[in-house]
Amino acid sequence: MKPVTIRSKKLPISLIIYAKTLTALLVLSALCLGVLVYSVGTGEVPIPAMDVIKVLLGQGDPGNELIIYSLRMPRVLTALMVGASMAVSGALLQGMLRNPLASPDIIGITGGASVAAVACISLFSQTGKAWLPVAAFGGAVCTAFLVYVLAWKRGVSPLRLVLIGMGLHAAANGLTTLLLILSPIYTASQAMVWLTGSVYNSSWTTVGTLTVWAGTLIPAAFLLARHLNAQQLGDELAVGIGSRVQLHRFLLILISVALASAAVAAAGPIGFVGLMAPHIARMWAGPSAGGWLPVSALTGSFLVLTADLIARTAFSPLDLPAGLFTAALGAPFLLFLLLRSGSHRH
Amino acid sequence: MKPAMETKHLTLGYGSCTIIEDLSVKIPKGKITVLVGANGCGKSTLLRSLARLLKPKTGTVLLNGHNIAKQSTKKTARELAILPQGPVAPEGLTVFQLAKQGRYPYQSWIQHWSEEDERMVNWALEVTQMTELAHRPVDDLSGGQRQRAWIAMTLAQGTDTLLLDEPTTYLDMTHQIEILDLLYALNEREGRTIIMVLHDLNLACRYAHHMLAIQNGRVLAQGAPEQIMNEQLVESVFQLRCRIMEDPVYGTPMCIPYGQGRQMLTEKTSALGG
Repeated sequence: MKPVTIRSKKLPISLIIYAKTLTALLVLSALCLGVLVYSVGTGEVPIPAMDVIKVLLGQGDPGNELIIYSLRMPRVLTALMVGASMAVSGALLQGMLRNPLASPDIIGITGGASVAAVACISLFSQTGKAWLPVAAFGGAVCTAFLVYVLAWKRGVSPLRLVLIGMGLHAAANGLTTLLLILSPIYTASQAMVWLTGSVYNSSWTTVGTLTVWAGTLIPAAFLLARHLNAQQLGDELAVGIGSRVQLHRFLLILISVALASAAVAAAGPIGFVGLMAPHIARMWAGPSAGGWLPVSALTGSFLVLTADLIARTAFSPLDLPAGLFTAALGAPFLLFLLLRSGSHRH
Repeated sequence: MKPAMETKHLTLGYGSCTIIEDLSVKIPKGKITVLVGANGCGKSTLLRSLARLLKPKTGTVLLNGHNIAKQSTKKTARELAILPQGPVAPEGLTVFQLAKQGRYPYQSWIQHWSEEDERMVNWALEVTQMTELAHRPVDDLSGGQRQRAWIAMTLAQGTDTLLLDEPTTYLDMTHQIEILDLLYALNEREGRTIIMVLHDLNLACRYAHHMLAIQNGRVLAQGAPEQIMNEQLVESVFQLRCRIMEDPVYGTPMCIPYGQGRQMLTEKTSALGG
């Protein structure tokens, strides 16, 4: 598998990319676009794919346009960005902590968001709804900050961060359960839906907010790819090749936390994507972050898009949370990849 | 000639525990320097501080005459490459991708793979005889090949000085010799300064131009193996009685430990017989 070099003769610009990575990016983009078009065409009023494309190109029937733009599009775009954000957040953590089990859960992001969101739902059920994303975001960021501060001891070591993160995550889970038990039954069931993770409350406001976060932080993560590669070698070697380990670790955690928090604020703690999308991507594109991060992002998008499509169509007219299906969808795919690669490795 | 590295009144330790106190030592340029000593004598601590992995409590480490703590780590990485003990590559990373990591201190936001990078990586793979294995994952390789891949990474860094912590640990005899021959050739052909910790005293004597014998955080003796190796030194450094003979192959000093060995058995049989 040989890489392709792209290099400018005059400017100091160059990069290196594997054909395998390019293929993965193209295939995943096509898949995402396919699911997106199919998904906005599916629902109570089915719209054929050709008509969907017409609407997307601005030449569609006004009725279809209304259905697509005001009802279905925000939800689909939210799914797309939530998937990408969770996946990139997970990949940053897995690479930086050199731990394949790392995910946004492990440094307390989803745990903290859950406590804040459930408290918001059960304690302020009247005004709570509007503040739900803000509460979730705040809870996530505060917990992650606490984990980072507690893990600091002349720098942050990966193992310490994971252990403290897991401790706080467990504590947050306990607190969430306590709040659920104490709250009245109707708010408890509302909270349960939020805890599963779903994108059906998405509006254009959600899309707007997410676009700002994901649109700046995902490219920022790509720009930090070579620092992530350095961290993947372990701290000693990272220092040896001239990386400023603690500074880069802080930046990587910051981006990871912000991405996951924004995603959780928009859609609740959709499980599995942050853990599995990076794994699937790594099997496809390898662990070098330049290829791994973009492939992770698209894998995450594809998983959540598809999960949401299944969630709202498979048991129609029941509209289920997408979080129920991300695992159901991702797990077989991951097992397939593991078994296929099992013949010569592992 | 200026030394490649130098420590001045260096005090090292972890927490409140001091391991090395007020150490001033010079490491010659263009030579192979080997640190020897018993487990826990402080040689790894010294190596870590030379590699800027451990901050000195007091004192300074100089690299080519400059205080290593005062220059940017990126600049240091262009002059000094390090290979710690037992490095682990991320799963699935290819030899080529690993070697490319050595170019990190030369990269920028937009410059990821310059012609110079390509030339250096290809050279490093060639010297370590890894060209044919370049696109294989590191974790698929044997121990010796894997160590060569890591050395390729440090070579791609293009530094004049290489620092290696027990580069032959966990390797069988053939691969130990192969790695040491490679380092020897790099020194011989390109005059690179090599500083390493080795456990095998006989291999240390064979490959070192300059040896530092360390005991209890102090340099007990330093110089060419032929000059400093004697029975008293080994006994005080390792608490082991031995005889020093001439290596029949290259004439370098060779250390034969007494221990109890078979004598134990002879004594036992004679005791039983009696």
